[in-house]
Amino acid sequence: MLAFLTRRLLQILPTIVIVSMLIFGLQQLLPGDPALIMAGEDRDPAVLEQIREQYHLNDPVPVRYLYWVKGVLHGDLGESMRLKSSVASLVAEKLPVTLQLAAMALLFALGIGIPAGIVSAVKKETAWDYGANVFALWGLSTPNFWLGILMIFLFSVTLGWLPASGYVRLGEDWRQSLATTIMPAFVLGNALAAVLMRHTRGAMLQAMGADYVRTARAKGLQEGRVVLKHALRNAMTPVITLGALEFGTLLSGAVLTEQVFTIPGFGKLIVDAVFNRDYAVVQGVVLVTSTIYILLNLAADIAYMLVNPRLRG
Amino acid sequence: MTVASSSSSADSALAAREENPWGRAWRRLRRRKGALIGLAVVALFVLLAVLAPWIAPYDPTATSWSLVRKPPSWAHWFGTDEVGRDVLSRVIWGARASLGAGLVSVSIAAGFGVPLGLLAGYAGGWIDAALSRVVDAMLAIPFLILAIALAAFLGPSLGNAMIAIGVTATPVFVRLTRGQTLAAKVEDYVEAARAVGNPHWRIALRHVLPNIVPPLLIQASLAIAGAIIAEAALSFLGLGQQPPAPSWGSMLNTAQRFIAQAPWMAIWPGLAIFAAVLSFNLLGDGLRDALDPRHK
Repeated sequence: MLAFLTRRLLQILPTIVIVSMLIFGLQQLLPGDPALIMAGEDRDPAVLEQIREQYHLNDPVPVRYLYWVKGVLHGDLGESMRLKSSVASLVAEKLPVTLQLAAMALLFALGIGIPAGIVSAVKKETAWDYGANVFALWGLSTPNFWLGILMIFLFSVTLGWLPASGYVRLGEDWRQSLATTIMPAFVLGNALAAVLMRHTRGAMLQAMGADYVRTARAKGLQEGRVVLKHALRNAMTPVITLGALEFGTLLSGAVLTEQVFTIPGFGKLIVDAVFNRDYAVVQGVVLVTSTIYILLNLAADIAYMLVNPRLRG
Repeated sequence: MTVASSSSSADSALAAREENPWGRAWRRLRRRKGALIGLAVVALFVLLAVLAPWIAPYDPTATSWSLVRKPPSWAHWFGTDEVGRDVLSRVIWGARASLGAGLVSVSIAAGFGVPLGLLAGYAGGWIDAALSRVVDAMLAIPFLILAIALAAFLGPSLGNAMIAIGVTATPVFVRLTRGQTLAAKVEDYVEAARAVGNPHWRIALRHVLPNIVPPLLIQASLAIAGAIIAEAALSFLGLGQQPPAPSWGSMLNTAQRFIAQAPWMAIWPGLAIFAAVLSFNLLGDGLRDALDPRHK
């Protein structure tokens, strides 16, 4: 176990280093003099020189990269030029909003995807199976921002049941908070539900054909018990790890969902930053999302190994 | 013996007698209703995109103040938008942006990804190690976030969106090609090609590559679906096609502001994205069933 952890951590290290290089390298794509961009309207040479000095723009790129990494390691992700606050504090402020959204979306996805997958595997090649597969194709092919707009039209504009936009924090008023996040969370979880359904179906079909299921049936156990206790338990392992992994994808899908529902989260932060040419914020968001994604990957691997003793050793 | 990369023989009587792998794949693909529907819709969209100037009933950018936000009618089947442009014409022209983005970005991804994957898989050693680490790193950044960041730093335009999506989709092609190349490298026919003294580049291009085309085709079809959604997403955010040029994503962006007054503005471009993405997904699924011998 310890050897596995060490090996896995050693594998992650170069990935994180290269990710940081890529994110830093994005700056090099910007046309023109970064000092001019940062100075905005102010073209005073003294100001430009001060900016160059402050951001080490006179140093070669590798040196600047090291300065940047040093800052990041000290929790300094740079400064938002527009909002005049540190990127780290912006991230800390917005991340919980998106985490709430993503967690609710994951609940939707698990709650819809897994039962649908079980039913379609058990009732293979029936109308149930057919219906579940159509649902999966629909989920995979619907752009979530379109689904969001349609839901706003139905539930906010036409029926007037739910607010079309805005966000209330969970701690402030939990009912209002749920009312503002239930639609976006459903929209965000929709595609993942489809992915989980397909994987559950595949894993269940495999488990139902396994020897231990035949043994359980031969013992005379009821079919429902065979499905739920024997097949499902074994089929769930890959599905749960996939769910953990896909949590990272939810963070990136939240960019569009938050835009549609005007939720002041992580995704809105990066989009607003893009349009205000607030590049330090863009880099900060990409870095934090990637780090979360890499750590989730690690967590999924560890979980997979814990539940699958054959992989230990 | 390697697979000739000639076009598929549609003649089923002939294909049944001397089964060429592409003929067999086509026969299997034809049996799948979903894949055929997908293929038909894809063909329809390609026709729309190519023939847009002749099919579209109106100029997609012509505004008219007397026709602002009119509901669907005989003159304007899909209604008109907030400055009186014909929505149907914009949806038809929008097919160009979407399919173009799908094709161009997947060509970029495959154009870089396949040679790099072949190189990594065939050469192995430090080249493989270095390339694989970069691929790992790129895959560690969520797809849309990386595409947004690239598009942001490159500047908002349809061309840059295509580049951003293409670059972001490249690592998947590298990884797939590398894996397939590793598997093909140890096959007997590669061994035989090596034994008769073929140079490495010839083995890689003439013997390995043709044999790993099927999984790449499946991946390409699914990647086009992903690229169309990604282009629509970037255009929706304002990072792709710039107004007044039509694109399904940017149409949805405007439509959202008028959802209460003019819901038809949101219905059609969204349906178009959905239909295009669904048909490429169906086609990809069908190709997988037809081309992958392990998959039943």
